[in-house]
Amino acid sequence: MSEDAPTSTATSERSAGLPAQSPPVDPAVTHATAGKTAAPRLSWWSGDGGEGAKRNLGLIGVLVALVVIGIATRPDLYSDSSWVWGNFLTILKLASVVGVVTVGMTFVIIGGGIDLSVGAIIAIAGVWSTTVATQNFGAGGMIFTALVVGLSVGLINGLLISYGKLVPFIATLAMLVAARGLAAEISNKQTQVSDNDFINGIAANSLLGIPLLVYILAAVVIGGWVLLNRTTFGRRTVAVGGNPEAARLAGINVKRHTVLLYALSGLCCGIAAIMLTSQATSAQAAMANLYELDAIAAAIIGGTLLSGGRGTIVGSLLGVLIFSTITNLFAINGLSTEAQNMVKGGIIVAAVLIQQVQFGSLGKFLRRNRATTA
Amino acid sequence: MSEPTEPLVEAPADAVAGEVVLRLTDVVKTFPGVRALDGVQLEVRAGEVHCLLGQNGAGKSTLIKVLAGVHKPDSGQVEWRGEPVSFANPQAAMRAGIATIYQELDLVEDLSVAENAFLGHEPKVAGFVRRGHMARRTRAILGRLGHAEIPPGRMVRALPAAGKQVVSMARALSHEARLIIMDEPSAVLAHDEVGNLFRIIRELTAQGIAVIYISHRMEEIREIGDRVTVLKDGRTTAANLPARDTPTKALVSRMTGRTIEYVFPDRPAVERATEELLVVDGLTREGEFQDVSLTVRPGEIVGIAGLVGSGRSELMETIYGARRPDAGTVRMNGRALRPGSVDAAVKAGMGMAPEERKSQALLLGEPIYRNVTLATFSRYARLGFTDIGKEKAEARRIADSLELRPREVLRAVRTLSGGNQQKVVVGRWLLGDTKLLLLDEPTRGVDVGARAELYQVIRDLATQGVGVLLVSSEVPEVLGLADRVLVMREGRMVREAPAGELDEDTVLDLVMAGSLMEGAPA
Repeated sequence: MSEDAPTSTATSERSAGLPAQSPPVDPAVTHATAGKTAAPRLSWWSGDGGEGAKRNLGLIGVLVALVVIGIATRPDLYSDSSWVWGNFLTILKLASVVGVVTVGMTFVIIGGGIDLSVGAIIAIAGVWSTTVATQNFGAGGMIFTALVVGLSVGLINGLLISYGKLVPFIATLAMLVAARGLAAEISNKQTQVSDNDFINGIAANSLLGIPLLVYILAAVVIGGWVLLNRTTFGRRTVAVGGNPEAARLAGINVKRHTVLLYALSGLCCGIAAIMLTSQATSAQAAMANLYELDAIAAAIIGGTLLSGGRGTIVGSLLGVLIFSTITNLFAINGLSTEAQNMVKGGIIVAAVLIQQVQFGSLGKFLRRNRATTA
Repeated sequence: MSEPTEPLVEAPADAVAGEVVLRLTDVVKTFPGVRALDGVQLEVRAGEVHCLLGQNGAGKSTLIKVLAGVHKPDSGQVEWRGEPVSFANPQAAMRAGIATIYQELDLVEDLSVAENAFLGHEPKVAGFVRRGHMARRTRAILGRLGHAEIPPGRMVRALPAAGKQVVSMARALSHEARLIIMDEPSAVLAHDEVGNLFRIIRELTAQGIAVIYISHRMEEIREIGDRVTVLKDGRTTAANLPARDTPTKALVSRMTGRTIEYVFPDRPAVERATEELLVVDGLTREGEFQDVSLTVRPGEIVGIAGLVGSGRSELMETIYGARRPDAGTVRMNGRALRPGSVDAAVKAGMGMAPEERKSQALLLGEPIYRNVTLATFSRYARLGFTDIGKEKAEARRIADSLELRPREVLRAVRTLSGGNQQKVVVGRWLLGDTKLLLLDEPTRGVDVGARAELYQVIRDLATQGVGVLLVSSEVPEVLGLADRVLVMREGRMVREAPAGELDEDTVLDLVMAGSLMEGAPA
């Protein structure tokens, strides 16, 4: 992709596609906005363009700063290299379940929606897959149940929003309440212990020294990245969220795509339900409480525009990692979760403020640029 | 109070006695990609009704917002009561005595009439609203407006549209407004309520208040207006014409007529296929258009002339499947299309460049190539995986053939000028196998040079066998570009003829006739 830099914007060139009697063009008028900017380059890894990549560099900076704070506050721990590696894996493991949910959430938000029901979907998928009847089918049956339940509930969300014309906020809020209610009903408000060694082993075991949960996160993140940046599904997601009317008039089936987005989010919740059940070796109706807030916050910190049309999977992953690093930072310093929540709240506000400042100044820059070249 | 105060309105326009309260000189306002105001002159006197005429996109809304303190002009002078002013915000304009009544009334539905009238400047004692005092003052103002029967304590939600409008005016008077700007106030009113609106306006002007009145309805301007200023493409094309005596044709040609000679490509004398490409039969959407039948052959450009509100954009969107018709059929190559399905229309080979480029056609933050391939990226994909390299190559080919400037297909569409944005939208349908292109106001907000290029692009497409259905409110554009012209008025086709058999005056007469008789819905 090295031929990405067209250099000539000369008006005199006529291409073969048009006949020669084309009317004369006043270059002063038509050339006004050409400006003198160089062609932006698109590397193979930055599918969403340079803007997102720059923002992600900022997030990595925040992560580095958090680690530096960790080193400064607990130099004793950080001097032990095996502890550092172990702690790194702890952070990743901490991020794994919310990370999977956040990938689905990122798609929904880029597509112009919101999914408040993710925690509740995890609960109902977790509970449903750990009933005595389901457990009789073994690990395969449990995984299948969790995935299908998650997918189906997401599908219902999508159908209500697309064809029932409910506002996403309302539809998924209703689902949040209803799904937890159904989960409590199914489990009879009891904690359902998982007797399945394979399921319980997912969280307990490692491969090549890395916990299996981290592999699942990596698979979902990579899959999500490819889906968003390299497939027609991802392209439609950006179009539907960025300008639904334009997408519709270009022949994209906006309603069907919206349904698929919520189904995808539900599917991610099904995966997360298995991971969480494995971690606790049990499931209950109250599990994954407030995960929707963590997932939305992580996506927004990662630069996903809440009004849709813009966002990156890498950014969302970094958002999740920042959160889990903060949690870890407070844990190794023995500080309370209350203080931790206050800091998290502050970080959400700071991230959004910084993005607004960037965009405001970008707009100003463009206007100034236009004024000087026009 | 039901007797209209006629004398002021009877006076000839030249004899408007009041002093000049507002004078705009060479006001310019640009937004990225478009010069919304490009040298506006306006003079408004105390006690007159000054009508502002112009097509959609002529700059009326921007002008109102400059006066209301929402936008600041880039250059030019705004003189208010003899002094140059620059309003920092809408509140400043309000305080200076300029009140604006927008088309979508900005009332709070769940507050009372009095609370709405004094919203933002409630009479207060130590932070407590003086409700009794506020109600009394509201009642006095409503009395001035001849509507003492509206109870100040009534919720605005419970009022009919006409009543809400009165509340908006009461708010203006609560600010001691010297100038009230009304943006299409009659659009929300039933016919018999318009008379009442006019009575109120006469009450206001009799008190020395100036009114800027915006409407598309010619007969209203005749009845209530004193003087008319016409805007086109952000410029004043005529100022201070007498509202009563200026011939309609003169006004309309100032609104729609050419200010610059455009270069239209020659019509090639080629034989056209006799097979119809598009056949629309009896298409109807209640309240928008009735019983429209038309055909387009391959290689033919068919132009629809009609004013805003004639139902032309609605018709285009219905043919394209973006709206569901109440009756009638749309056939492409003899096959009936599923009604209300854009997907079916696109699959049958239709493409559309809609009226509102930014809100209906573009992903402004996305790169050019993704906008060009928005309708076709699925076709280049293999097993659902997009072929970005191919997409960029195709987009670059389109950029070259349309002379897109700049040709860097990775740039965000946001950074392009209006004309180049339009090229992106048209270029989208050059990919794939588009057989029929629907163009709704393709040159709105496009500068002169780019216009000529777009005309050439459209003609070239037709030469290649694509059928084109074109809507424009600029009569010369329709006559210059199309092979065959349909004239639309109030949702009906009133004339069909080859472009060579029509001239501008004939078309203008046909287009306007309806609004003179009963007023086209705006």
